[in-house]
Formats: sequence, structure tokens, C-alpha cells
Amino acid sequence: MRIAIITFPGSNCDYDCYKAATDVLGVEAEFIWHRERSLRGADAVILPGGFSYGDYLRAGAIARFSPIMEAVMRFAAEGGPVLGICNGFQILCEAGLLPGALVRNRSLRFESKLVRVRVENASTVFTSEYSEGQVLRLHIAHGHGNYVADRETLERLEAERRVVFRYVDANGEATDEANPNGSVHNIAGIVNAGGNVLGLMPHPERAVEALLGSADGLGIFTSLVSSVGGGRLAGARAAGE
Amino acid sequence: MNEFQIEVRITPREGLLDPEGKAVENALRSLDFTEVMDVRVGRLIRLRVQAESVDAARERAESMCRQLLANPVTEDYEIELQNIS
Repeated sequence: MRIAIITFPGSNCDYDCYKAATDVLGVEAEFIWHRERSLRGADAVILPGGFSYGDYLRAGAIARFSPIMEAVMRFAAEGGPVLGICNGFQILCEAGLLPGALVRNRSLRFESKLVRVRVENASTVFTSEYSEGQVLRLHIAHGHGNYVADRETLERLEAERRVVFRYVDANGEATDEANPNGSVHNIAGIVNAGGNVLGLMPHPERAVEALLGSADGLGIFTSLVSSVGGGRLAGARAAGE
Repeated sequence: MNEFQIEVRITPREGLLDPEGKAVENALRSLDFTEVMDVRVGRLIRLRVQAESVDAARERAESMCRQLLANPVTEDYEIELQNIS
């Protein structure tokens, strides 16, 4: 299995993703510069965190028009797994691959801390190694992580179980106090209708070894590897080439 | 060809919480500007473009807003044009 990590000017979590993939998981990974046009046959794509294009205009708004994004859109349309972390989530929303948008934290502050999120749906390709209701400790580090969407979109996301992660407190309750940025319904991560595109604000790649303070993010990567390993994504692989 | 100055005013969508506007509102109130009822903080984008007519310039500006300048999920926009030829 090979993971493509898309690097934009201003990406800064790309090496964390690379290390998580290669050192911790032992799978192949390669950086793909945003000016490129091919995913070179990758089996999965990660849009890493950071501040692509300095967050000019809106976070993710300019990166979404990078040449490589056409290949990412095609890959996603073919069912290929795409994981957007933090700025990657913002890019996926701007690109229309995920509904809604991420606006400024209600605190107006950059929030950098360890939070708890609950796994709401353990049957996606990104969460199959978790159990439903499991509470994970993951790091967040963002100024624009406040998820918003219109009522109709929210109802659809909830009804179709596309809210994959929700901010919760120590008791596993989605309280307002446990919500670090003001996201509607405490939403921390969602998938698209096809279930193959996940965006989340927390950084699973920063929580893959006990040394990092938490290894709870590892499950997202092991889930991805076990689902791709099954060879179900041969079509997506061809489309990305 | 005429030359136009376009101003695009982008504001947080009506009904959407604007934490930045709220913070400015609170700061103004703490300075005794108690008459302040509401504050929305947005963005102003000024462009200089060439176009055949004001209608053509407006149509292009609308398209720019829809594709890039504003996010329809969270923002409203207003376009103002001025012929500066």
C-alpha cells in the first residue's frame, strides 16, 4: 500500500503523516507537491494540516484550486480513500468534497490542546479498528475549526451517520464545555456520502505513539491500511494514475 | 474597453454567529458606546478590471464571488461597480 501526502506551500504536518505511515505503520508513503497532476497510483490520499497559502482569503480556499486537486477529486469520485486533517478538512470543504465550512473558533483564539472525541461511527474505512462509542484523546491545533452547516445538511449528516467524531468530555458526553471551537453538534469529523472521504480537525498523526502523549490516533491509519489491504480499491488506484 | 473599479463586500452570513463581530461589539460597549446593537466583521476586496460594459463587469464579478471570493455556506457578498475609464 502507498499513501500520497499532498504538500501545499504552508503545509506543516506533512512529515508527521509521513512518519506515521512509514515508521509506525510500515507502509509506503510519498509527498506529492501541489503543482503536480498525478497521484502516481497511490492507494490513499492524505491532505495534511498546516496553513496552505497562509490561510489567505479563507482557510483552504486557494489550495482547493491547486493542480493536484483535480486528481484528488477524481480519485475521491472513484471511491478512493481521502483523509483531510485540520487544514486538509478545510480544503475538502472548500472543494465541495465535504459539506459545510469551518469558521473562526468561537473563542477567537488559536486552540492547541489535547481533547477527547467519541467515535460515532466505527463502520467507515477510517474507523473500523475502533469500537463505537470509544473515546479517543487527540490533539487539536487550529484557529478555524468551528464547523458550520445549514440545518438541512446537519439533519442529513446525522441521519446518515456521517458525523464520525464528536468532541466529548471525560464522561464521554458531548457537552458545550467539551466543545473546543464552537462546532455545531460538537462535530469534530465527518465523511462524505460515499464514506470514502473523511475530514477531521484533530490530528491523529500526532497521536500514534505513547511518546507523543497519546496513541489513540493510530486506529485511523490502521483502519485505512486494513481496508485498502483488502484490494477493494483497485478501481480507484487506476483512476489516480 | 472600459475600466471599472469593483468593490466586493463580504460579510458573515445573516444568522451565522460572528465571534469576531461579537468581540468588537463587546469592546465597543466597554468603551461606553452603549448604542451599538450589533457588529459584523467582514472583508473588502477591491479590483480593477477591464470590461465592455457595466453589465459584463458585474457578471464577471458575480462569477468570481461564486467561485472563489466568497464561501456561499458562511458568507454573503455585495458588489459595487464604478466606471473609472
